[in-house]
Order: sequence, then structure tokens, then C-alpha cells
Amino acid sequence: MIEYSTINLGHGSGGLMTRDLLDEIIFKAFSNPYLDKKHDGSIVKIDGEIAISTDSFVISPIFFKGGNIGELAVNGTVNDVAMCGAQPQYLSLAFIVEEGMKVVDFLKVVNSIKETADTCGVQIITGDTKVVERGKGDQIFINTTGFGKVHPKGHIAADNIKIGDKIIVNGYIAQHGMAIMSQREGLQFESTIESDSTNLNFLANDLIEKFGKNIHLYRDATRGGLAAVLTEIASDINCGVTIRENDLPLDTQVAAACEILGLDPLYVANEGVFIAIVDAAVADEVVAMMQKDAKGQNAVCIGEITSEHPKKVVMTSGIGGKRVVSPMIGEQLPRIC
Amino acid sequence: MKYLSEYRNLEATKNYLDLIAKKVTQPWKIMEICGGQTHGLVRNGILDLLPPEVQMIHGPGCPVCVTPLSLIDKAIELLEQGVIVCSFGDMIRVPGSKKSLLEAKADGGDLRILYSPLEAVNIAKNNPEKEVVFFAVGFETTAPANALSVLHAQKEGVKNYSILVSHVLVPPAMEAILDDEFCDLDAFLGAGHVCAIMGFEEYHPLAEKYEIPIIITGFEPLDLVHGIYMAVCQLEEGKKMVENQYARAVKEEGNISAKKVIHQVFEVGNREWRGIGEIPNSGYKVREEFVAFDAETKFNIENIKVPESSECIAGEILRGIKKPKQCPAFGKACNPSSPLGAPMVSSEGACAAYYHFSNNEI
Repeated sequence: MIEYSTINLGHGSGGLMTRDLLDEIIFKAFSNPYLDKKHDGSIVKIDGEIAISTDSFVISPIFFKGGNIGELAVNGTVNDVAMCGAQPQYLSLAFIVEEGMKVVDFLKVVNSIKETADTCGVQIITGDTKVVERGKGDQIFINTTGFGKVHPKGHIAADNIKIGDKIIVNGYIAQHGMAIMSQREGLQFESTIESDSTNLNFLANDLIEKFGKNIHLYRDATRGGLAAVLTEIASDINCGVTIRENDLPLDTQVAAACEILGLDPLYVANEGVFIAIVDAAVADEVVAMMQKDAKGQNAVCIGEITSEHPKKVVMTSGIGGKRVVSPMIGEQLPRIC
Repeated sequence: MKYLSEYRNLEATKNYLDLIAKKVTQPWKIMEICGGQTHGLVRNGILDLLPPEVQMIHGPGCPVCVTPLSLIDKAIELLEQGVIVCSFGDMIRVPGSKKSLLEAKADGGDLRILYSPLEAVNIAKNNPEKEVVFFAVGFETTAPANALSVLHAQKEGVKNYSILVSHVLVPPAMEAILDDEFCDLDAFLGAGHVCAIMGFEEYHPLAEKYEIPIIITGFEPLDLVHGIYMAVCQLEEGKKMVENQYARAVKEEGNISAKKVIHQVFEVGNREWRGIGEIPNSGYKVREEFVAFDAETKFNIENIKVPESSECIAGEILRGIKKPKQCPAFGKACNPSSPLGAPMVSSEGACAAYYHFSNNEI
């Protein structure tokens, strides 16, 4: 029985209140043989090469159209492990909760983490909960670290990229950022745009299973959007990247919202979008296979790796002009008029 | 009509580019007034698609860029006094004499980024113990909403709301540019959104006095190439008149009810332009009867004055005398992460547009 309605400093004290919170909420939700031992850590077995990735989640608002911070904390890290060409198996989970957070909200987040972890096929095997004074957090911050076995048929690395490779994106871009934007104070606008937060691990692994080393690189386009990953890739290789504005998959509602707010969808965050850089010989098949999967229905080839303009991303505009896509500096700023 | 796709149509745009190339026989310098147009030209790669004879000169129409340093320092002073300052997004990274609004926020200031000044009135209503100021920056385009927020606050009896005004007007700026001894412009693309509010009656005497074509132009690629084509036609045919390319949004008389709201709250007065200096009758100030909503008077910050940076050539950029790449600091001492001047900050600023979309030759 949970007999309190808000989380307070006592729940982070390490005393009975902490144990109560863990027993009543955390262990109940995530029960599995590893966690049930209630030890300081867990001992697991993973064969072969292991991919590890960690991420912290500090989003505001914590509940938004199409998801919440809990779901994001699982999908985000699961996807980062999957982008290494690995199948995520285990997650660590650490909360920093602000004093005064409603227990019902905390429960919603925890339950969402459980549900998402089940969908992704990962187990929570270790964790931590801290409580900070009111005003020193934004309701809740979450850190997760994911561990997974690297697919033996794959080899994901920027070194594999060669001239002529195709750049494929799995679906509509800019959904997550615009969903969050539509709910922020001062920016509220009516829309049905939902976050695209989802797990990409099964699709990414299936592609490696089928195409093996012809998949040269995966990257998920989260903060900073597609522009951030493409410019990072370009700076890491000695070739150029070209993309076509007209081929960018963009929902009409998201396009309109970006237009109204003066934002460039190329720089808007995603939570369920990844790019695959693949050998040109298999590109059409990769697109076709993605399109058969629920997570890749709108998959499309948006560009290629070229010998021209090394280390730069150049986009052909809708009217045939060319422009350099540069990395974003800070946050995109809404314009005056 | 689909406004997002049809005005970005490849064939239609190419058609006008071909027409421009066929029509042009000699070099012409055309200034697009508005920063939104500069952004559109660079972002869509139009500058490289124009024939070499047509040179686009980037004008002063970026509201962020022309807001004087002292106004930013005034807003920062308000933040430091504990006032909630609300601002449009692109203002917050512009450096003041010591720091930007964003840095003042990191130092503990309560800065809110909004899209609408009416939202700021709501914040004032919800925080009756605090003073709330909206940083009312912009050309004629944003003036109606800012004026409306004052009328709204007055009607609702919201006494803890005021505006820090830095409104500037386009026609006096065009005149200042034309009067400049270095000016060698042949035509203007007029700012479409400003004219959607104000109309273009004021532009006829300008075209006549300075014998220069003025084409009121929109912002989409097709609008821009169409506007340039209309300007080239006039120049090649020796005409000097005002034409309206952006007829789907702009009427000769403008938006009468919006103008009424502006004139109810604001009156025309002298204004300082960053990099250009004071231009007579070139901006709005709050009318005497609304002085309770004028943050400069309310918080006694009228006397904050600061000199401009000597390294930044924003003045010459804004008057179209120099292009961003001619500035020795461009991309070096001055870049979007540490801008020396405002044109490097706003997405409408000429320097930022060049830096982001064409920072190096492709």
C-alpha cells in the first residue's frame, strides 16, 4: 500500500521510506530474477562483443502527446545500443526525483518504463533513486544505460562508408520536437502532432540479419535532428554528403507547424527516426524491407555519399538551388516575424 | 492553392529564372529590404541561380539586427531588477554590452520566450506580485500585436504589465539608405509582410523622388524570383514605379484595423538603429496616454546608453554597402556561437544566413 501522495526528501534518505518506495513501486514493477536479488548490482552473462550506451532524460513537460519521459528513457537508450548494431538486453535505471512530485505521476512514469522495456525485450537489472529539494530538479530526471550483444553478421562503423553509398531514413522527421513545442508554455498551438518515440532495435537488427556488412552505419537522429547526425558524419569522413529537400519525409501538419513557428524541420528533434547508410547495391531492398515494418513505413532514400565537397552536407533545395547544411549552434530560436 | 508547395514549385521557379536571364542586358543591384527575404534567397540557393548581372544586396530588415545595444542592456537591467522579461526567441542570444539575455537568464533572470505578446499579459495576470515586461521589438509587422497587448492589459486592469519598445519603420530606413553617399542601388524588393499591415501608399512618393522601382514581394522562392523578374523588367524598360508582386497578402491600403490599433497606442518618433544611428521619425513610441505601459518610463531606464562594438561592421552590412564575407571578423572572431553583432544571431540576419547556408563555397 502506498500511503503518501507526493515524493519527499525522506524517500531518498536510504532509510525505511526509501525501502518502502523501492518495494512498493520499483521492485513490484520491474521484478525479474536479477533485480529480485536486491543486491547493489547484478551479474549477467552476454556472449561476444557488447555494446553499451548511456543517456540522461530531462524533458519538460514530462507527459506529452505520444509519450512521456519514462518511455523516452527506455527507447532512447535501447535505440542508441541498436545503432551500434547490437540487440539490447539489459538496462540500468536511475531516477533523480524532485521533492513534491506526485506519486501518481511517478507511478505513471514507472509503469510506462515497464511497458516500454517489455516491448523492447529488455530487463531492468540495476538502478538508483535519489530525491532532491524542490526547485533543484524539474519533477524527474532519468538516466538509463543499455547493454546488448553486437550482431555477429554486422559491422557498424563510419570507416565503412564509401562514395556512392545511399542514405536512407526510416520515416517522418521532426514529429517529436514539434509535439513537445506545441505543449510548451507560451508556444501552445492546436495540433494533433504526436511524438514519434519508439524502439528501433528489432528493425535495426533485422536489417543486419538480412544485409550484414552492407549496412555501413546507423545513427538515430535525436537532438539536433537529421542535420546534426548528417553534419557529424560528414565531419568524420573524407567524403561529402548530399541530400534532396524534396525527398525528406515530412508530415504535412508538421511541415505547417514548422513553417508557422519559423523552424527548420531538419534541425528538429526525433525519437523514432534513424538513418542507415548502406551499400548502393542493396539500397532499394533496404527501403522495401523497412517499408514492410511498422517502424519504417515511410522509409525513403534521401541522398548519397559523394566525392564532391568533402566533409560538408549540401542539400539541393526544392527549386534546384544548393545550400550547405551547417551544424546547429544552440537551440533553434523562434523568429520574430 | 497550397501555399507551402505551389510557391516552391521547381518548374514555375525555373521559368522565372529563365525569363530573368532572357530579359537582363546589363548589371543591376537590387536590395531586398526584409531579412526574411534574405533568408529565403540564401536558404533556397537562389543567389547562385540568378544570372551574374543581377546582384542582390541585403537590406536592413532584420528587426533583431537593428535593435540598438542599449535596448538589450535595458532588458537585462530589468531582468536583474527581478522583472519577468518576455521576448521573441531570436532576441535572446544577441549580445548586449556585457552579456546577452540568455546569459542574464543563466545568471538567474526570469526570461520567457513567447510567440505572442498576449501570452505575456496572461503571465502578468498569473503573477500579480511580479512586474512583467514584453520586449516589443520589430518592424510594422509585429506592432499591431504589441499594441493590442497594451489595450488588452488596460481593458483587463492588468497594472503589472508594460512593454519595452524598439519598433522601427521601413520607409524611413529606405530613405536613409537612398540618401547615403555610397548608395548605388537600382531597385528595391519591398517587405511583403510589413506591407500586409501598412499597405504601400507611402512607397509611391519614394519611388518618384528617388526614381527607383519598388516591388512589394513575398517570401517563397517563387515570390522572390517573380519579384526580381518584375524589378529587372522595370529596370530594363526604364520604369520607376511601385508594383505589388505579393497581391495575395498585400492591399494598397494595408490592414486598416491593424493600423488603427497601432495608431491608438503608438506615435511616430525618432529611433536609434543599431549600426546606422538615429533616423528621424523612424520608429514608434508609446503615446502619452499609455505611459503607464511604457517600461522605459516605468522603470526609469531611459538613460542607459552604450557605444557600439568597433569591430562589427553591422552598419555597413545593414545599409548594403558591404557583404558579410567582406567583414574581416566573419566566421572568425564573429560566428553564431560568439557573435560580435546581431546580424550573426538572428536567422534573418545577413551574416547568419551566409554563415549557415553558404559559409564556404560548395
